[in-house]
Amino acid sequence: MQRIMTIALGAFKESVRERVLYNLIVFALLMIGAAILMGSISVGVERIILVNLGLSAISVFGLLIAIFIGIGLVSKEIQRRTIYNILSKPVSRAEFILGKFAGLMVTLFVNTVIMTLGFYLALAIQNGKLEAQDLSLLVAIYFILLQLAIVVAVALLFSCISSSILSAVFTFCLFVIGNFSSDIRLFGQGGGSALLEKTTAILYYILPNFGDFNVIDHVAHNVRISGISIIANSSYAVLYIAIILSAAIMIFEEREFQ
Amino acid sequence: MHAIEISGLTKEYRVGFWKTRRKRALNSLNLEVAQGEVFGLLGPNGAGKTTTLKVLFRLVFPTSGSARILGKELNDVSMHQRVGYLPENPYFYEHLSPEELLNYSGRLFGLANTDVRRRTVQLLERVGLTESRHTPLRRFSKGMVQRAGIAQALINDPDVVFLDEPMSGLDPVGRREVRDLILQLRGEGKTVFFSTHILSDAEALCDRVAILNGGKLQGCGELTQILSLGASLTELTLENPPAAVLDELKPFIVSTVRTGDLVRLEIPEESKIDDILAICLRGKVKVVSLNPVKLSLEDYFLSRVSPAHEAAG
Repeated sequence: MQRIMTIALGAFKESVRERVLYNLIVFALLMIGAAILMGSISVGVERIILVNLGLSAISVFGLLIAIFIGIGLVSKEIQRRTIYNILSKPVSRAEFILGKFAGLMVTLFVNTVIMTLGFYLALAIQNGKLEAQDLSLLVAIYFILLQLAIVVAVALLFSCISSSILSAVFTFCLFVIGNFSSDIRLFGQGGGSALLEKTTAILYYILPNFGDFNVIDHVAHNVRISGISIIANSSYAVLYIAIILSAAIMIFEEREFQ
Repeated sequence: MHAIEISGLTKEYRVGFWKTRRKRALNSLNLEVAQGEVFGLLGPNGAGKTTTLKVLFRLVFPTSGSARILGKELNDVSMHQRVGYLPENPYFYEHLSPEELLNYSGRLFGLANTDVRRRTVQLLERVGLTESRHTPLRRFSKGMVQRAGIAQALINDPDVVFLDEPMSGLDPVGRREVRDLILQLRGEGKTVFFSTHILSDAEALCDRVAILNGGKLQGCGELTQILSLGASLTELTLENPPAAVLDELKPFIVSTVRTGDLVRLEIPEESKIDDILAICLRGKVKVVSLNPVKLSLEDYFLSRVSPAHEAAG
């Protein structure tokens, strides 16, 4: 466990040194700030606009951070040959992957907390105070974090098998597809072909399903998110991440460093 | 139990765009290194030295054959607890200072904070980086990075230390210091396995050496034994020998070199020395010296890695 923590701490320290991280956080905070202005010119729906734009900013910039830093986690270590030093210690390859994942998750958690604070500050500025109903917005942010955790696991998997640029492209594509995976299934069901239906059903189960994680619209309109939904999404994320990380570890176990 | 046992180790890399061609980097390597020994793996660039070390640390996997370190299989990473490794041209996180690097390495070994701190102070002193302990590695010269690399390889007080080209990038003072360090490690009873293409380092440090070329083991043994393998010549120096004596000696010698009053004769067969000395005594010739010609490691090395030998091998 100490080894995983050490690698996680190292990955966290390395990621907070990335300049792109700070640029993205600043942009996200600016977006949230801009949402106040957008809200102020939208009579009667100020809060809805602010919540929609603010939470979307947290999601999009979190995604960019997850991809930009996630893809380099393993491939950079291989390219720079720093991995030789780590794997010559009593560190298993599985511990290395888990440590890297944990390190980036800490980074994303800290970033999301900073963006969330900015978001709540914007809400407070807009309303003059924070209300009890604003706390329910945290559920949406929790779902965003779960989504980002899946994206990090996917980025890590791609980082084990390809270069940084390809990993970024693959991860981004998978994220976009993951937001429409329900539509893929619907398309197959309406196509009239058994083969198409089966293929799309398989794709539906293999690809990450981010559709249920996007509850920004619901919370903006004060629609309550059920406890079952929270448990279902949490379980889905944990299971999906476990499968993806297992695959990453299996691939990484076979990897040679010439 | 041997510190290192390598048996029939072969490594082939797949090369080319489609990875269809095979390039053999190691060819049925057999080696045994005893505990407490300083062992040198010699060879020109591309001989397979780094591949051997990478296989031992499972950075690449052998095509066939096996190896054990301290009696344990290579896939048992717990064995790394007792092993230190300095990779060739080591790369570390450049933003770390030597102190942070040692702290990071120590924690990967699961050492307690107090032990890490104590070992860090000792090792930085030992490799001469105490004053630069807070400077990020990116500001270091190659030689200083090498020193930091050696320090991190020793943070766990290992029983077996693997050093891949440890003198690389070091100035003469640094090389001397690393030599002394290796000798100190031997004094502490540790096994040191290092690869080098600098023969004088091997000659000064190693109990035994192995010579690799083209992935094949060309020779292995104690330095004195290896060097005596080719030391079949004896050099006899005479002062002003008369022509008659030289004529009489002619059947026994392979070359004659005259320098002023002295004549140096090379005798290929040691068994003939008594006869030769008898001829000299009869001719009342003054014998200045009689020495076996010691083959240098360089001579031996060149003889084993020369293209002609490769073709024969």
